[in-house]
Amino acid sequence: MENLPLVMITGTRKGIGKYLAHYYVEKGFQVIGCSRSSVDYELANYQHFCLDVINEFAVKKMFIDVRRTHGRLDVLINNAGIASMNHVLSTPMNTVRKIFDTNVAGTFLFCREAAKLMQIKQYGRIVNFSTVATPLKLEGEAVYAASKAAIITLTEILARELAPLGITVNAVGPTPVETDLIRSVPQEKIDNLLSRQAISRLGKFEDIANVIDFFIQEKSEFVTGQNIYLGGVS
Amino acid sequence: MEKVVLMHEKIVDIIVGESKEVNKKLKNKISVELREAAPLFGENGILDSIALVTLLVAVEQSVEDEFDFPVILADEKAMSQKNSPYQSIGALAQYVGSLLKE
Repeated sequence: MENLPLVMITGTRKGIGKYLAHYYVEKGFQVIGCSRSSVDYELANYQHFCLDVINEFAVKKMFIDVRRTHGRLDVLINNAGIASMNHVLSTPMNTVRKIFDTNVAGTFLFCREAAKLMQIKQYGRIVNFSTVATPLKLEGEAVYAASKAAIITLTEILARELAPLGITVNAVGPTPVETDLIRSVPQEKIDNLLSRQAISRLGKFEDIANVIDFFIQEKSEFVTGQNIYLGGVS
Repeated sequence: MEKVVLMHEKIVDIIVGESKEVNKKLKNKISVELREAAPLFGENGILDSIALVTLLVAVEQSVEDEFDFPVILADEKAMSQKNSPYQSIGALAQYVGSLLKE
């Protein structure tokens, strides 16, 4: 078990994170997942931690556990994120703080702690999540898109800071995928968005996993600080 | 009291041990034989900020493993303090001890 590649995925209770947990277990990875509540599935080679990604104490406790058990971490996939559709005039500050906390501070905290663990072996692959909402300047998603714009900058700078430690940091920017995150978005908005993509369809989980697979390969050691948008968005 | 002294000694041992590891990559070595009096960072220190961060991460992980309690040693305020907890092994040990007591 100890020789299996070790991947940590945040936000594995549902949606893309749940898919990725199953996908990487099937691919022969040891998977560590986390979410605020427990998951409704059990998998061999999957360990779950219940925590909020912005709870520094709980996150550090999890990393201590991983370090003691495995002594390393090969891959971190920072999937956990929240969105909100709101016109600027009706966006409460509480929503702004929550989105930036989870999407930006949460991603930062996991990158920092993962890098501390990855530097032991001078090897690591970090994949963050951006979104096509940023380049498409989607109205109603100002806060969400801005938080993900921050992720791109974070990815680019961490790539430089962590390169000497053998750690690459990249990002994948999904189009809308059929998940809870977009269920509250009116169909008309979705159709309008899809029409602005080069390839006008909803994304699939497999599309995202494909990009992550590329970033986390050992031979992708010369690929860092990059962001790949799906669906031909640029 | 005895327990506190023992804990302090344990922390100093950890920092000395990790300093020896960091020394393997340094031109100007930390004077680990001075134990608590060994300068680290600041006015008389020999570590640059990257070497300091490397040492802090290593000490942080060893302390967490030893005491089973999360600590964060990198602190912007601490970095610029006149009586910086990073100035010597002894000062760093005091700082770690204070975080564990919190």
